[in-house]
Amino acid sequence: MGGIAKYAAQRLLLTIPMVLVLLTVVFLFLRVMPGDPVSAMLGGKNVSAQVLAQYREKWGFDRPIHVQYAEYMSSLFRGDFGRSLRTGRPVLEELFIRFPATIELALFGIFFSVVFGFTTGVVAATRADRLADHSIRVFHIASFAVPLFWLGLMLQVIFAVKLGWLPVASRIGGRMAFTFQQITGLYVLDAILRWDGKALADVARHLVLPAFTLGIALTGLQGRITRASMLEVLDADYVTTARAKGLKERTVVLVHALRNALIPIVTVFGLQFAVLMGGAVLTETVFSWPGIASYLVRSIEARDYYSIQGSVVFVALFISVINLIVDVFYSVIDPRVRY
Amino acid sequence: MRGQTILKVGIAIVAAFLIMTVLATQMPTLTGYHPWLYRGAPRLQGPTTQHWMGTDQLQRDVFSRTIGGGKASLIVAFSAVAISMTVGSILGWISGFAGGWLDRVLSLAMDAIYSFPSMILAIVLVAMIGSGLAPMIWAVAFVYIPTYFRVTRAEVLQVRETTYVEAIRAIGASNTRIVLRHVAPNTVNAIMAVSSFNLADAILTVAALSFLGFGLPPPAPDWGFDIQNGQKYLQSGAWWLVTFPGLMIIALSLGFGLIGEGISDLVNPKRKRRHA
Repeated sequence: MGGIAKYAAQRLLLTIPMVLVLLTVVFLFLRVMPGDPVSAMLGGKNVSAQVLAQYREKWGFDRPIHVQYAEYMSSLFRGDFGRSLRTGRPVLEELFIRFPATIELALFGIFFSVVFGFTTGVVAATRADRLADHSIRVFHIASFAVPLFWLGLMLQVIFAVKLGWLPVASRIGGRMAFTFQQITGLYVLDAILRWDGKALADVARHLVLPAFTLGIALTGLQGRITRASMLEVLDADYVTTARAKGLKERTVVLVHALRNALIPIVTVFGLQFAVLMGGAVLTETVFSWPGIASYLVRSIEARDYYSIQGSVVFVALFISVINLIVDVFYSVIDPRVRY
Repeated sequence: MRGQTILKVGIAIVAAFLIMTVLATQMPTLTGYHPWLYRGAPRLQGPTTQHWMGTDQLQRDVFSRTIGGGKASLIVAFSAVAISMTVGSILGWISGFAGGWLDRVLSLAMDAIYSFPSMILAIVLVAMIGSGLAPMIWAVAFVYIPTYFRVTRAEVLQVRETTYVEAIRAIGASNTRIVLRHVAPNTVNAIMAVSSFNLADAILTVAALSFLGFGLPPPAPDWGFDIQNGQKYLQSGAWWLVTFPGLMIIALSLGFGLIGEGISDLVNPKRKRRHA
């Protein structure tokens, strides 16, 4: 385990340049591009030059770019993400309040994508080049082409407006929100911890449509990798050996092939997570989901530059951590990997 | 399905969209109704024989708007992919040949951008540059640069080690010559497939940007923007405002995706291999 800990520490250090690069890109785009952040933040209204100068000084935009850059960087390393220009509260605090909502949505999104992507991938591989395989491949390709925001709206119309089975948007029902007490901020977990069946049902009902929508973002990707990797593995000698031993095909596929086929699927999980976070922007917007992605969109609309920068850094860090976890998990499912 | 069939279907879909968009832009009243000047239809009416895709809240014909609504998406997608292909490939060549610190810095920067959600980066960049066609092109182009950088750099590293490159280098060939005569031809196939998938993705990104309000200003028809507009009337049951533009986005993106699929299948037949 010492090896893993050392490797994890190294990887963690490597995320620093990644975050630096992204932050620099965002910072430069912000300052170098035409358009003045101060007048944008004041709503583009006709403000006198004097007021503009005042605000420029107040927010520190009057200093040379490299000074602004150095100051922002140094405060970041002290864990200070600056204050939101809208609310005046620390950006990091606002992000942490919304973080559990995004985590919960992402987890259930992954759940749906695994259910659809994984199973269809395995089915397609075991029936390669037959009708089921072709239909599943078309489904996978088509799932890449669906705009998530559109899918979300369609599901809202069908299941919420027309059928009335599920709520249109938000995380929790209006009445429930008054009495519901958070512990972790992950509502499903909180409802279970409080042993509150009514709350659990309400929260779960709110989760279904957004999580399904987000899950579709990954279904095609996961399904295709699963199929390709299963095809590869099913050709391997040890699978032939397993079959020759007279094992049932089900055992061969599920026990011998699947575990090995998992490796490439887990490897690209870091990338999948990036896709997931991109999808979360649209899903959270459509379903009024109070997570960090919808926070980012609202910050952009309000030209709240510190919140925008803060959210970008936060997402970058989050993805780095996920990648790290994936790498460590990788050595668990594939014992040949040693760090 | 064979690679060629998939490729042909994809090309047919994309060609149909290109023709349709050009026709709708050149002859806006081809459908009998101008996409934004005609405002004589009944308000918010579902599909009828007069108005195949229904009408919107400003009494316009949704069908006329929908067939011309892909113009911005197509312009942005093609321009952005062309830019990122050029910039990304050149950077990849430079990085692959230069090696050393330049290669390390460039690779690090590209990996950072690559591992960040492209949708979020595109939205943030557009928000900073401003809304409209040109900002969308630059933002989407920037996001895809690392893809081409990686493909090209990997190819350079591989080709650089081959004996034939060593041989022509020995007889005095320059790096530029090696790139143009030996690296570029080897990357063409991969880049063709990658750019088709990028085009498919760009269509979705542009639609999302317009949906979030960073696209073209009204009244010009645009799928993403029209969906955002239709969203307000969904609760009252006006499904047609959202449904039809969305189906167009899917069809166009699917067309590009199929082209990419077809090319990958043709170039890399191993992918099609049946298992015994």
